[in-house]
Amino acid sequence: MAVSKHVISLLLENESGALSRVAGLFSMRGYNIESLTVAPTNDPTLSRTTLVTSGDDRTIEQITKQLNKLVDVVRLVDLTETSHVAYELMMIKVRAAGPQREEVKRLADIYKGKVVDVTESTFIIELTGNSEKLDSFVKTVGDEQILEVVRSGATGIARGERGLKV
Amino acid sequence: MELSGGEIIIRSLQDEGVEYVFGYPGGAVLHIYDAIFRQQQVQHILVRHEQGATHMADGYARATGKPGVVLVTSGPGATNAITGIATAHLDSIPMVIITGQVTSKFIGTDAFQEVDAIGCTRPCVKHNFMVKNVEEIATVIKKAFYVATTGRPGPVVVDIPKDFTAPNVKIPYEYPKDISMRSYAPVSGGHVGQVRKAVELLAQAKQPMIYSGGGVLMSESHEELRQLVRELGYPITNTLMGLGAYPATDKQFIGMLGMHGTYEANMAMHNCDVLLAVGVRFDDRVTGEIEHFCPNAKIIHVDIDPTSIAKNVDVDVPIVGDLKVVLKRMLELLAEDSRRANPEDIAAWWQQIEEWRGIKSLAYEYSDEVIKPQYVVQKLCEVTNGDAYVTSDVGQHQMWAAQYYDFNEPRRWINSGGLGTMGFGLPAALGVKLAFPDADVACVTGEASIQMCLQELSTAMQYGLPVKIVNLNNRYLGMVRQWQEFQYEGRYSNSYVDALPDFVKLAESYNHVGMIIEKPADVEGALREAFSMKDKLVFLDFQTDDSENVYPMIEAGKGHHQMRLHPKTGALN
Ligand SMILES: Cc1cc2nc3c(=O)[nH]c(=O)nc-3n(C[C@H](O)[C@H](O)[C@H](O)COP(=O)(O)OP(=O)(O)OC[C@H]3O[C@@H](n4cnc5c(N)ncnc54)[C@H](O)[C@@H]3O)c2cc1C
Ligand SMILES: Cc1ncc(C[n+]2csc(CCOP(=O)(O)OP(=O)(O)O)c2C)c(N)n1
Ligand SMILES: [Mg+2]
Repeated sequence: MAVSKHVISLLLENESGALSRVAGLFSMRGYNIESLTVAPTNDPTLSRTTLVTSGDDRTIEQITKQLNKLVDVVRLVDLTETSHVAYELMMIKVRAAGPQREEVKRLADIYKGKVVDVTESTFIIELTGNSEKLDSFVKTVGDEQILEVVRSGATGIARGERGLKV
Repeated sequence: MELSGGEIIIRSLQDEGVEYVFGYPGGAVLHIYDAIFRQQQVQHILVRHEQGATHMADGYARATGKPGVVLVTSGPGATNAITGIATAHLDSIPMVIITGQVTSKFIGTDAFQEVDAIGCTRPCVKHNFMVKNVEEIATVIKKAFYVATTGRPGPVVVDIPKDFTAPNVKIPYEYPKDISMRSYAPVSGGHVGQVRKAVELLAQAKQPMIYSGGGVLMSESHEELRQLVRELGYPITNTLMGLGAYPATDKQFIGMLGMHGTYEANMAMHNCDVLLAVGVRFDDRVTGEIEHFCPNAKIIHVDIDPTSIAKNVDVDVPIVGDLKVVLKRMLELLAEDSRRANPEDIAAWWQQIEEWRGIKSLAYEYSDEVIKPQYVVQKLCEVTNGDAYVTSDVGQHQMWAAQYYDFNEPRRWINSGGLGTMGFGLPAALGVKLAFPDADVACVTGEASIQMCLQELSTAMQYGLPVKIVNLNNRYLGMVRQWQEFQYEGRYSNSYVDALPDFVKLAESYNHVGMIIEKPADVEGALREAFSMKDKLVFLDFQTDDSENVYPMIEAGKGHHQMRLHPKTGALN
């Protein structure tokens, strides 16, 4: 069966052990996990998680069922199955000295990135978008130039009236 | 009424209707033990090892259907309990395990006897709770029982820091009447359309088969299952966990299936065209090589846990629901609609099955010189009229007990199927005996398994629990030896049990009765004598054939149709 990437969104009880149950499930059952983000919501008793995973159809079905079975999971949706928006934030620190400075700035502009910190020899560029766009930027800048990369992992939300509510 | 945290715990257990708590004290639970001392209603059973406590509570739960309750201290108390928690988890047994924890302000400081019980138990519980203040103790205990006993049952751990149980802080006590949790809603009925589809499919079958398991016992739906099986007239097999759900002596029962199942059950699985799977989880011991599993069957699967469905095997008609509700609905639909499978097809199918049954795959060679283990189990069944509670450990003896004792009622056969925990049998038997003091309780074990929780002979002495231990002593880790014979050309690496104790003297040293039985002619007499001693624990040490193997067997990589039969009695070999 073909392996595909899925973005799964969860509402979790905002309890200390909840996140480790989610992470533990993935390591315990040998599922892939590409990224996992968690933060509280407007309702302080809930936190919202977006996780990106990949697998064949049967594996993805098991992943969603197993997640749903966790007592701390309040709601779940596989965003990949609906129309949705998923973005990731990246901050990337690059070498920017002498003639490189202009070149890096130009690249950032093309990718609609923002320079958020400047020193004599470095820039920090902030970039938001889908993961492929961020990958492509990293590749274009090249390992030579890159000092540090930090990415948030994807966060996602369904379009329109549909969504995750209690 | 104002109570301390320790008192609230015990009052909550009383209000939950708990009869027995199996446990072992230590620093972190001393306040709770003091509350136990000052009441009569909940009886505490002092074990000799926390693993024993978990298996006792588990045996009690399996026999009664009620949750088993365990109380242990922090650190080593909690870690010793883990094997028993995992055992209950894999077999979906309802239990509530209360673990003491170090005082809250010391958590995370590597305090004396501190272990992260929540982290350690997380992979082997249905859920666990860390208590965060005195006020929430009663609610958390209520939730623990609710989660443990509803939906697919399982063990729930409640970890309570010592300071929340202290006698100096008293708060008003009220046990919640109901509980609802927004993140936990066990399903009940199955999808009506799917149930209808299932019934229609069953009515079109030519070579139908019913495969049922532990879920039938958990949902208390053996009556509905029996009605359905009789109404349809189809053959039925049970998993190791489902034995007794359908009477073993009934004609429509064609034995256990799987690795050590009967020839007829496995062949019927392989050749069926419609499979009704109820309360089972398509375990690898059952399916054999998945590639060969039921190649021609349309599969209907009813289970309360969606993760059990389509986990290992694709199904055609999935039904998520409580088995009792779904089986009732099926019976109603069958009553409304008289369409049935073609009787000629079903008769031809039965004829085929009878042919397979004629192979007598459970036949063994009787000897009047050396005791055959199968013979001991057959005699045990006769002597107890097939009516005893039989617990077991893990190994060859476990398989022989499952194959040769005819279980006609549910909850009589009590063993660790999923985790396969040696050491389970004796403490489980003690838990059963507490629940049913007047019933015959036998523990069929091996000389290796029994030594894994042997210390509980002392608990049996303290509480006067006269179970009968049927030790099938082959001086080998027999199941391991069998695999080494088949797969490692008889290189018996570390499977010989040397330096065995004198079990008779050992039993006697606890004021129990010990017997050693060496001749086949003495087997029945010894069993009768043992079961006539109503108030004595009897340790029957049967010296059995050391080279006997369990047959039939599906070896690794093989399908249901590729069984290895007994080399002498198996007609196919
Ligand atoms: C040495 C050894 C050899 C073994 N050999 C065999 C063998 O030959 N044959 C064999 O069968 N087993 C064998 N086993 C046992 C095997 O490992 C599994 O434990 C067993 O097959 C599982 O049984 P089950 O499918 O009935 O599932 P269980 O573990 O009993 O699970 C029950 C299922 O029912 C569901 N359920 C629970 N409540 C409800 C409800 N209310 N409504 C609907 N569904 C519900 C659960 O979700 C679960 O899916 C062996 C074990 C050992 C240790
Ligand atoms: C705690 C534990 N350790 C190891 C095993 C692996 N194992 C399965 S059966 C078996 C041998 C059991 O020997 P015995 O109790 O004498 O039973 P027999 O097979 O001889 O009947 C072993 C070691 C296990 N199931 N449980
Ligand atoms: Mg042995």
